[in-house]
Amino acid sequence: MRILKIASVLMLFALAQVIPANGQCKTFAKKTCLPELGSYTHDGNYHVTTLTVGEEAELFKTFYSDMEYRLAVCGDEGLPPIEFTVIDANRNILFSSREANYPKYWDFRLESSQQLRIVLKVAPSGTQGEILPSGCVAIMFGFKIK
Amino acid sequence: MNKFLKIGNGVLALLFLFSLEFTGCRSGVKGEKTEADTLAFTRSDAAVYENIKQAEKIFYTLPSPLESAMLIKSAGAVFDEDLLNPVDNTRNYNTNKSMALNLGIYTCDLSFASLYDQTQLIINYMSAAKKMADGLGILDAISDEDVEKLEANIHDREVIMDIVSQTYMNSNSYLEENGQPAIAAIVLTGGWIEGLYISTRLVDMKDFDNNKLVGRIIDQKLSIDILLRLLEESKGHPAIDEIIAQVQKIKTVFDKIQVTTTPVRPEYDQAANVTVLKSEVKADLSPDVFTELARTVTEIRSNLIK
Repeated sequence: MRILKIASVLMLFALAQVIPANGQCKTFAKKTCLPELGSYTHDGNYHVTTLTVGEEAELFKTFYSDMEYRLAVCGDEGLPPIEFTVIDANRNILFSSREANYPKYWDFRLESSQQLRIVLKVAPSGTQGEILPSGCVAIMFGFKIK
Repeated sequence: MNKFLKIGNGVLALLFLFSLEFTGCRSGVKGEKTEADTLAFTRSDAAVYENIKQAEKIFYTLPSPLESAMLIKSAGAVFDEDLLNPVDNTRNYNTNKSMALNLGIYTCDLSFASLYDQTQLIINYMSAAKKMADGLGILDAISDEDVEKLEANIHDREVIMDIVSQTYMNSNSYLEENGQPAIAAIVLTGGWIEGLYISTRLVDMKDFDNNKLVGRIIDQKLSIDILLRLLEESKGHPAIDEIIAQVQKIKTVFDKIQVTTTPVRPEYDQAANVTVLKSEVKADLSPDVFTELARTVTEIRSNLIK
């Protein structure tokens, strides 16, 4: 009986580590990711999910000409760096955070409006055989008010 | 002892399976595999694509009401209060669908008023948006403190923008995190249609060619497929199905516009410390198609605010 209790408690503890509560992700987005937008005004959209190491999320958005944007990507403290790749409609890679040493944001502007795809991935941590870290990942957009 | 061990292992296995199931479903929407996964790529791009296999979650993002208002203003358009949905209409909205649509619409009107420093309208439209959010049961999306802070900083555009952005995010996050993605999608749709409505109404037909606002309207062709994909994630929801039918009417007109873009070339601007995505675009929107688009959007929008 004791083993049962211990096993249940351990498993619930493990689950609590693996699955961040929704409210936790919202707080994380506000407190950790929003400040990364700096002087850019947040557009107000909310894109947060929980990802485990190796998992991906994608986002499709139209960006407009003559606007100055900041794209900020943040992951929970316990996660390895979050890779983000910006891809155009012709599947050309316009920016890869991995090749830029994992910055948390990217500033850009466009000469003509484009629909872009952003792929987020929790980079592999190299810790095999253990419970894979999982946590909140947020992507936010800001623009300059003119 | 062995018996307990077996039970313990069984519970562990069940909990483990539960945890796998739970983590697998948490996003609500399982990502679809995209064409990009199967295409061959050249140059160094291929190395990056090697790791793009299948997304756990796909976000379809529309310009937020704040961004829509910014696009209108940056095109040099003038402010026209008569285009906004009167705040007195709030009493007409009693269903979740109408409240969600008009939360998006009022937030767009609020953003529009904010960018043009319309102080009294900012307060009125914040209250209208609050009524919609409260009616939808979105707890603390727009708190009394937010309204007080808005009033206290009514001449500080930056603070106002932050409040509008934050309250909009509160609504979105509440709906997403409380299992109401359909309502969240309806809010976004309301805001997008209001932005399109205001833009089309502000175009001066005497100055149609090379009109920057017309360019902004053409740009929305890029977003309509994203909007439909977003709505289709909640297909089967009666309100969503009705809205999809309306949005399809707008898409039919947008499909008459041909847009061609040259390949995008990223260039780093060291002085400004930003990457510039260089490309050229050509579009062929005729005044007739524009008039049809404006008429279609006006009809749909007038049904939404009834």
